Amino acid sequence: MDATDQKRLLREMLFARRFEERCAEAYHERQIGGFLHLYPGQEACAIGVLEKAQTGSDYVVTGYRDHIHALKSGMDPKALMAELFGKEAGCSKGRGGSMHLFDPDVHFMGGYALVGGPFPLAAGFAKVIQLRGGQEISICFLGDGANNQGTFHETMNMASLWKLPVLFICENNLYGIGTAIERATVEINQYKRVAPYGIEAAQCDGQDIDIVMSHAEKAVNYVREQRKPYFLELMTYRLRGHSMSDSGAYRSKEEVEEWAQRDPIGIYKRRLVEAGVVTEEEFHAMDKAIQDEIENEVVRYAMECPEPRVEDVARYVYTEGGNHHG
Amino acid sequence: MAELMYWQGILRAHDEEMARDPLVFAMGEDIGVAGGTYKATSGLFAKYGEQRVIDTPISENSYTGIGVGAAMLGARPIVEIMSVNFAWLAMDQLMNNAAKIHYMSGGRIRCPFVMRVPGGTAHQLGAQHSARMEKVFMGISGLRVVTPATPRDAYGLLKSAVRSDDPVVIIEHESMYNLKGEVPDEEFFTPLEGVEIMRPGKDISIFAYNISVHWALDAAQKLASEYGIDAEVIDLRALKPLDRAGIAASVRKTHRALIVEEDEAPVGVGSEVIAIINEECFFDLDAAPVRVHALDVPIPYNHRLEKAAIPNAGDVVAAVKKMFGR
Ligand SMILES: Cc1ncc(C[n+]2csc(CCOP(=O)(O)OP(=O)(O)O)c2C)c(N)n1
Ligand SMILES: [Mg+2]
Repeated sequence: MDATDQKRLLREMLFARRFEERCAEAYHERQIGGFLHLYPGQEACAIGVLEKAQTGSDYVVTGYRDHIHALKSGMDPKALMAELFGKEAGCSKGRGGSMHLFDPDVHFMGGYALVGGPFPLAAGFAKVIQLRGGQEISICFLGDGANNQGTFHETMNMASLWKLPVLFICENNLYGIGTAIERATVEINQYKRVAPYGIEAAQCDGQDIDIVMSHAEKAVNYVREQRKPYFLELMTYRLRGHSMSDSGAYRSKEEVEEWAQRDPIGIYKRRLVEAGVVTEEEFHAMDKAIQDEIENEVVRYAMECPEPRVEDVARYVYTEGGNHHG
Repeated sequence: MAELMYWQGILRAHDEEMARDPLVFAMGEDIGVAGGTYKATSGLFAKYGEQRVIDTPISENSYTGIGVGAAMLGARPIVEIMSVNFAWLAMDQLMNNAAKIHYMSGGRIRCPFVMRVPGGTAHQLGAQHSARMEKVFMGISGLRVVTPATPRDAYGLLKSAVRSDDPVVIIEHESMYNLKGEVPDEEFFTPLEGVEIMRPGKDISIFAYNISVHWALDAAQKLASEYGIDAEVIDLRALKPLDRAGIAASVRKTHRALIVEEDEAPVGVGSEVIAIINEECFFDLDAAPVRVHALDVPIPYNHRLEKAAIPNAGDVVAAVKKMFGR
């Protein structure tokens, strides 16, 4: 990977971090409502994996912690922030919110609130790819907690049985809200849980984007060439609470501090500085430019654009012409 | 015009739609090699192959979700749930994903998904195989729910459901698959909305759907020949959305209303129709509307108890006589 791409990746991770931090501020100012699940600490997962996918062509689906998956899939940050602000110009026209981002134009198929719900949807996308004989793949990002749902086991079985081209990415951040993984799950190594379904799997560090990318490249190629599922577990950690209403009291200071040392942005930045790809000054300038862009373009846009019209509240329940009659 | 059985109407609709569009496919338990529990997909496996006539494992929620995901990419899956009782396990994907995706994506993603469920009380199948779930489906925003009472509509509603861009649940009836009736030889679509007058009359409107249409027709005949009461029989057919105007039009003509449903009463078609009558045409009524319904019990095995739990034509006659003070 050349220096330009490395700098771009660093910028993307930093943009993701600042974007989420700005969301937290807007939440405190009550410009964003509802449940808000932020991504700091896990940036190398979505960005590293999707760097190796054909975004815009491959189909991507995830849960409620979905902002960065949407951005890296190609969603316009303005449409994303406008959605969080509940505006008509939002990616879901203000009807979805943080947990329900959609952008079918770039094949970002959503944002879902029910833990485990997207597993079968991802397999369904792959089924259509298979019927059409396409070369795309379907990529499903979910957490460690989701693997205790029936849909995990049911979908692994069918995806393997029917040779569906799905890449399952498990972002194992060691917790499902406040419940530590070993208190909820017998086999804590998630990649081992798909072996009975005959699915190839691997586990790797999710904090070092170079490691993520090298595993993701193999995984993406495997699914694209073999036309069958693959499961990749990324070991990661969220640096904030589960959502804005979570104090995080169930984790020790030492544990959080230890993982903060392994911040994916810190790891990558140090590497690029040591290699002479960026200087500290450039990094700070980059950070400043990102924060300016978020403030002056993204947030301002979200604030200024209009809300949906109340008269349109029942629009989109059905499609136009949904009452088919010949 | 050919005489077909109910199951043959469903089979013909599958066959025509699958021949027309390569992205129409069927999935469900035992629908392929075995030909379907009620033969409604027999012969399709040999004709269209295992990619499009899919025998699924017993994983209702996830194969429903695979169908939903496929629909989101423009395929038109017809998912058969072997018995409506098992649809409870698929409610998450149906209700949280299929029904809501179009709305919560601000109209950006359509879900042309069809679920077929053999429902109702057959004979002595016991409490866990005799559920009627129309009240559940018809209470969900974003779904369409239709209930064929005749072979013609078993054919015509499936045709329309496949073409509709909305998710549609078709509630069939386990006791009606061998019912015979005329089906037009040419292609035919039954609208997904609107009531149908099955027997015009001037003295009372009897609202029914699915199997209860036949009870109502039997009752109307008896009421005419033995008591000189001219009942209008209305097939509600679409339970979601209900045809408010069609219901009101009949009541304005007859000034009396009775609803007969196979489901138990608390929360259901009867209460909903009466609410609509209250809202639309209360002052046209000459008598309080009446409902005839199943008892509020899990359906018993014993044949006498089962019969007592489910209404029939005689119950309709008795209720109408009482309304007329006979
Ligand atoms: C079906 C369902 N049950 C419970 C919840 C509440 N809930 C939301 S997130 C969550 C934890 C999920 O943990 P994990 O899958 O590890 O994802 P993470 O938030 O750690 O990324 C729970 C229990 C839900 N949204 N859906
Ligand atoms: Mg987790």
